[in-house]
Amino acid sequence: MANQAQAVSDSAAEMPQKRPRSHELNALLGLVGIALIFEILGWIFQGQSFLFNTQRLSIMILQVSVVGIIAIGVTQVIITGGIDLSSGSVVGATAMIAMSFAQVSTYPRAVYPELTDLPVIIPILIGLACGIVAGMINGLLIAFTKIPPFIATLGMMVTARGIAKWYTKGQPVSFPTDSFAALGQGMTPVFIFLAIVALFHVALKYTVYGKHTYAIGSNEQAARMSGINVERHLVLVYTIAGLLAGLAGMVIAARGLTAQAGMGIMYELDAIAMAVIGGVSLSGGRGSIIGTLIGAVIFGVIISGFTFLRLDAYYQEMIKGVIIVAAVVADVYRQRMRPRSR
Amino acid sequence: MTGEKRAGAERKVILRTEGLTKHYGGVRALEDANFELLDGEHVAIVGDNGAGKSTFVRQITGVERPTSGKILFDGQEMDFQSPVDAREAGIEAVFQNLALADDLDVPSNIFLGREETYFNLGPFSFLNEKKMLQRSQEALEKTGVKIPNLHNAIANMSGGQRQCVAISRAASFASKLILMDEPTAALGVQETTQVENIIRGLKKRGIPLILVSHNLRQVFNLVDKIWVFRRGRIAGMLEADKTDGNEVVSLITGVQSGVHENASYI
Repeated sequence: MANQAQAVSDSAAEMPQKRPRSHELNALLGLVGIALIFEILGWIFQGQSFLFNTQRLSIMILQVSVVGIIAIGVTQVIITGGIDLSSGSVVGATAMIAMSFAQVSTYPRAVYPELTDLPVIIPILIGLACGIVAGMINGLLIAFTKIPPFIATLGMMVTARGIAKWYTKGQPVSFPTDSFAALGQGMTPVFIFLAIVALFHVALKYTVYGKHTYAIGSNEQAARMSGINVERHLVLVYTIAGLLAGLAGMVIAARGLTAQAGMGIMYELDAIAMAVIGGVSLSGGRGSIIGTLIGAVIFGVIISGFTFLRLDAYYQEMIKGVIIVAAVVADVYRQRMRPRSR
Repeated sequence: MTGEKRAGAERKVILRTEGLTKHYGGVRALEDANFELLDGEHVAIVGDNGAGKSTFVRQITGVERPTSGKILFDGQEMDFQSPVDAREAGIEAVFQNLALADDLDVPSNIFLGREETYFNLGPFSFLNEKKMLQRSQEALEKTGVKIPNLHNAIANMSGGQRQCVAISRAASFASKLILMDEPTAALGVQETTQVENIIRGLKKRGIPLILVSHNLRQVFNLVDKIWVFRRGRIAGMLEADKTDGNEVVSLITGVQSGVHENASYI
């Protein structure tokens, strides 16, 4: 026993040790590498710099920001070991519904002619409420009926898209008030994205909410045994994901000054790809908001880089698919490399 | 707190079950179990597969609710709705399937579900990592466990280290009783010895223990009394220093004779 006590104090003395190299650092190195490749290809094929072009960079960052807002919500969902396929459709539905309460009175064919020129807070609250309701339904289904998240959110994906189309019988909703449009103008989406990143980085890393999110994804049974209210926590996580999808829907609509039923198609997959590229494990328990931020930028750089190289849009879709699969394969490979006795 | 006494012993009864019964549909997993544990006492529960050992543990720790019967803990009748209730009453459990979150580090696991926070903001309360680390070090030191880097994810540790973390967690919170369901089933020889040393340490600290084990050598080494379960019923209780392997085995199997001297149980 005395030996053991000695050993303990030894181990306590050598406490400040380095952790192994993090996925975030790996992702960051990947980002630098990919950007350099496009820079070199740019000089070879286009005779100009890829990185040192403020216009291209600002377009890229704007694109990343909008889907990135969704990716932050999806990241938490994936860390719990779940998945959210509904976010793209929730974007479409929220964009339509929020926009219909943000139209100007001078536009004769407003959805609700008597409800025009409303203060901006009303469409925003309605939009957030739509996202919250969609996310909460996802969460309740997953937590209490024990439907796999894949199925529950697939159902919501189809339903929310249906709602988006049914809402105006397929007609786009346009002409928002200036104050609503301001949500998507200039660099506002980027600021919103960065604020969300900061908020959820803190929430996941420094609060009980984050600890329980990781614990559930790591070992749901252990989390339950430890007294975590797993059901309530899952509902909260999916609700927040829905809320962020709703926010993204409004930002997109405000940016384009119009809402269409087809908005946000495939965004759920882009968001999942951003998270997985950033080191969020699809089997749950691992990943971080900073990782997803880097993953989002990598994703943006690749898409923007191919556009810059004038690669056909069809090829871009194919390459996107390959990137998603490659990121998942890398994750599976990482899983195999680590000991896991469960 | 009636402090019931047994003949020859002036110690308080810490846990008592009266007619504890659990049926799963038509399966009678546990039938009329009358069990008793004194303060500071270490007892083992042995029995064949399906004898009702784990079922018994699940009722005591609040994982399941008994079909009928009473659980009296520390003099009061208990009706645990969940493991959390049992824990709040002072019962900690170390389960067969390691209730640890693999991707979290040691302090996070030790404090899982009862994190130290700075101020209460519901789920968004900020974690007091410093306090959790410090108290984890104390807890591990107290149980004599050596873990080089507490910030490592549990997944990167050996089975023995993981089990030690689980036991330290139980020992650091259990004020009144620890239950261990096959704590060494998946461990190597050296790691088993380490866990057994921790259990001896608990005995010295006077923390009562219920140990479920298949390993009769371990049982005889560690505990005061052996409760034998057979087919969902308590077949009998033997004092460890007044019995031998043969008697235990015959109670386990229900066969008085015909058990070979070198039965595979031992």
